Amino acid sequence: MHSTILTKQFDVQAIREDFPILKIKVHNKPLVYFDNAASTQKPQSVIDKITEVYTSQYANIHRGVHHLSQLGTGLYEETRKTVQNFIHAQSEKEIIYTKGTTDGINLLAYAWSAAYLKSGDEILITALEHHSNIIPWQLACQRHGAILKVVPVQDDGSILIEDVKKNLTEKTKLFAFTHVSNALGTINPIADFVEAAKSVGAHTLIDCAQSIQHIPVDVQAFGCDFLAFSGHKLYGPTGIGILYGKEKLLEEIPPFQGGGDMIKDVKFEKTSYNELPFKFEAGTPHITGAIALKQAIDYVQNIGIELIHAHEDEVLRYATTQILQIDGVRIIGQAPHKTSVLSFLIDGTHPYDIGVLLDQQGIAVRTGHHCAQPIMDQYCIPGTCRASFAVYNTLEEVDIFIAGLKKATKMLL
Amino acid sequence: MSINEIQDQVIEDFSWYEDWTDKYEYIIDLGKTLEPLDEQFKKDENLIIGCQSKVWLHAYMDANVLKFNADSDAIITKGIIGLLIKVFSGHAPQEIADADLYFLDQIGLQEHLSPNRANGLVSMVKQIRTYGVAYSNLKS
Repeated sequence: MHSTILTKQFDVQAIREDFPILKIKVHNKPLVYFDNAASTQKPQSVIDKITEVYTSQYANIHRGVHHLSQLGTGLYEETRKTVQNFIHAQSEKEIIYTKGTTDGINLLAYAWSAAYLKSGDEILITALEHHSNIIPWQLACQRHGAILKVVPVQDDGSILIEDVKKNLTEKTKLFAFTHVSNALGTINPIADFVEAAKSVGAHTLIDCAQSIQHIPVDVQAFGCDFLAFSGHKLYGPTGIGILYGKEKLLEEIPPFQGGGDMIKDVKFEKTSYNELPFKFEAGTPHITGAIALKQAIDYVQNIGIELIHAHEDEVLRYATTQILQIDGVRIIGQAPHKTSVLSFLIDGTHPYDIGVLLDQQGIAVRTGHHCAQPIMDQYCIPGTCRASFAVYNTLEEVDIFIAGLKKATKMLL
Repeated sequence: MSINEIQDQVIEDFSWYEDWTDKYEYIIDLGKTLEPLDEQFKKDENLIIGCQSKVWLHAYMDANVLKFNADSDAIITKGIIGLLIKVFSGHAPQEIADADLYFLDQIGLQEHLSPNRANGLVSMVKQIRTYGVAYSNLKS
């Protein structure tokens, strides 16, 4: 039987009961959902809260004196406090609502660059980045005449701190890097990265899209200046995300978008802006999404992020061991520190074909370049199959996945 | 046979497959046995880039009919290409331009033509029609 070390504290079957979608069938087979790095499923508490808001608590926020507007505003701001505590920010002013990680990075790439980036300056990223942490910086560099530099990645998918240090110069104004690689699962040593960046006076941005649901995120311990993540990968609603920034820096950065809610006083001659965090929140936001994000964070905290991490680690280790029994399998990304992502190829097969045949068996994986083409280019491959795990996945599901993979491979070869 | 007669025949052929394994084994087999596209035609002008798999499509007139050869790096995509070629290749350009493509729906493979699949097949069908329109205009 499978290891049961964690079962006393961590009851995966009880957790599965919280996620109604896990009961559905796909192509008449029980769903095995291994596409969690793309988006996670939602627990009943999040689904219920969304319904409750629209049923009995909904109005626009921050404006009305009426009951519903005040109720909605209270709930909306309550989530901000929850996020502040969740990532250990010093103040609610440091928590900006966005549409998601991509939106947060674009906000910074526009507004931070306007304040800090000059011609000849350098922005440093890594070769592991998702397109969302590459293209906004390419665009910012084009606008300001700055230079984009890239830290190389080792063949196993890890990044050497020496390579980071080599690429940081006095011209580096920002080091933007991912906490966990979406394509390979590598966990970067972020405290070391931040320390190295600080030694040359560069600001730091951590892309936590792939870590917030797996690993404790603590902005004080990390020491970073900015950090972004998405609600939908944290069992929360789509269309809501968080950008964290140190208050002092956010004060110095001009607004990104203009509109309602972000102003103090508007005259045609000159507008003065609202205080933080509202300065960066123009227009009516995703009110319901923000409110229900609290349920998602509460859900994760009630289980405990360390227990979630330990469970997912067990699933990843088991899946890694099992997949290596298949002839011709090649795991892409074998860094010593990984979480929740198993990217692989099988000799003589195309990832698309594997994905199609797994889907026919009710198994959802992701195939393709995972919006990280540069790292695929480094391995000289067009893409991979990626199985990615979450709190509700089980070792039994891994067995179904491996059996499905064997069947797919047999059909294709 | 007309394009619709061929489509009906493919639907009839597929009605014998009882489960997905048989159906996909047939498609994989079609992919493996599809006449390979001559390397000289695997050039960028003929390449249809999908996010996941690549498709090369070569079109040429033979007497009064428009013919297609195609290839892909993914075997299931290639199998479906085989079906599309069986249906579309060797007809008058006007018939190709006007054709109503319905067989993939009927044999339960419509998902492969969803834009979400990003396998190049949607663009391939569009390109086949474009060739049909272009060559029928040339003729008139």
